[in-house]
Amino acid sequence: MAAQIVDIESAIAAIGDGASVMIGGFGVPGTPFCLLDELVRQGQKGLTLIKNDANEKGMGVDRLLRNGQVKRLIVSHLGLNSNAIEMMNRGRIEVELCPQGILAERIRNAGGGLFGFLTDIGIDTVLAEGKPRFEIDGRELMLERPLRADFALLHAASADPLGNLVYAAAAQNFNPLMAMAADHVIAEAERVTDPGELAPATIHTPAPFVDRLVQLAELTENYGVIRR
Amino acid sequence: MDARERMIRRAALEIGAGMTVNLGIGLPTRVIDHVDHGVPVCLHSENGIAGVGPGVDYERADRNLIDAGGAYVSTLPGTAFFDSAVSFALVRRGRLDLTVLGAFEVAMNGDLANWMIPGLFTPGVGGGMELAQKARRVVVMMTHCDKQGRSKIVRECSLPLTAKACVDRIYTELAVIDVDGGALWLRELADGVSVDEVVAATGAPLQVPEEKLPTF
Repeated sequence: MAAQIVDIESAIAAIGDGASVMIGGFGVPGTPFCLLDELVRQGQKGLTLIKNDANEKGMGVDRLLRNGQVKRLIVSHLGLNSNAIEMMNRGRIEVELCPQGILAERIRNAGGGLFGFLTDIGIDTVLAEGKPRFEIDGRELMLERPLRADFALLHAASADPLGNLVYAAAAQNFNPLMAMAADHVIAEAERVTDPGELAPATIHTPAPFVDRLVQLAELTENYGVIRR
Repeated sequence: MDARERMIRRAALEIGAGMTVNLGIGLPTRVIDHVDHGVPVCLHSENGIAGVGPGVDYERADRNLIDAGGAYVSTLPGTAFFDSAVSFALVRRGRLDLTVLGAFEVAMNGDLANWMIPGLFTPGVGGGMELAQKARRVVVMMTHCDKQGRSKIVRECSLPLTAKACVDRIYTELAVIDVDGGALWLRELADGVSVDEVVAATGAPLQVPEEKLPTF
C-alpha cells in the first residue's frame, strides 16, 4: 500500500544483473540522476534500459553506457548523445528505436494491464518490420506490444511519506507512465512532505504504484541548467 | 535579411490565430519569432507542454522547463503540462492544426524522409512519425539542396521514410512548392530567383503556372 522510505544504496541493491529498468525523464527534467549514479557505483551488468532518450554525454544513462553495464537500449531517440550513437553503430549495444508516442503508449498499455494495441503509426516505415498486421474496418493496422520492466527509476519534485508523487513542469514526461509499468518502482524525491501536505487532486502518481522512496539530501550538478 | 530568414518569415504566415502548432527541432522552432505577439497561438512540445512560452536565457531558466529540442522556455497564461502519453494523444487525435518539420528528402508524392541516414546518422525518430502522419497540415522547411548540391526534392526518397504522402507544402530558400495530387506545384519564388533556377535545382518534375508568381 505505502512506499518504504529507504536509503539510496539499498534501493538500488534490489536491482540484479540482467534486469530491465525503465528510467523517467526527457533530457534533464525528470531524470533520476542520483539513482542512476548509484547504479553506476554498484555496477550491475547486462541491463536493458527503457527511456525516452540516452541523456547527454557524461550524465545519467551515458555513465551506464560508458561503464559497460548496458546490453540493450529501448528509446525514441539518441540525438543528443553521440557516444550512444557510436556504441550502437559499432554494435556494442543493441538499440530498439520506437516512435516517441508509441513508446509512451506501450508503457501505459503494460501499466494498464493490457496486452497490446493496434496503430498505423510507422506502418509505411522500416519500424513496421516484423509487426503482425490486421485489417480493421478497412484500415491497415499493426500490433504494438506492451512494454513492462522489472524496475522503474523515477524522479519526483515532491513525495509524501506514503509515496504519492508530484512532478515539476516538463519533468512529468514518462515518469507517471513508467510508475504503472514496472514490477518494482523506486522514486527519488527532492522533498518529502509531511503526511497530508500534498493536495489529493494535485498528485500525479498515486502511492500504491510506488514501492521504495528515496529522499535526496541534495541535487548533483546534473539536475541544473545546462549551458551549451 | 538573407534568404534563409526570408524563408522562415514566409513560413510564419502559415500560423493563424487560434491554431495549435508543433514546430520541429532546429530552424522550424524559429518560425514563431516571426509571428506577431498579438496572434494567439498554442505551441505544443512533445515533452508535455501546450502553450510553450518564449525562450529564456540561462539566468532566468527553470531547470525543469525545456522544449523538445532542449531549449529553456517559459510559461504563458494558460500553459498546461502533461505526460508523454497525453502529449501524443493530442497529436494522434488530430488536435494539431499544423506542424513545421525539417527534412532530408521530400518526394513528389509528399513522402517524407527526415529521421535516418543509415550508417551515418541514426538519431532515432522521436515524435517525427506521429507528427508527419497525424498533424492536419504538414509543411516542410529546408534548404533546397544538400551540402553536396543535390536536390532534397526528389522523385522518390532514397532514405528510410518517416511517413508516406504526408507533406502538403515545402518552403526553401528558393521557392514555395505545394504537393498536390502526386505532383509538385511551384507557387512562389524567393526575391531575385528565377523559375529556371528553381526548376534546375529541383530533382523532380515541377508544375509551373503560366501567370507571374508572387515573391517572398
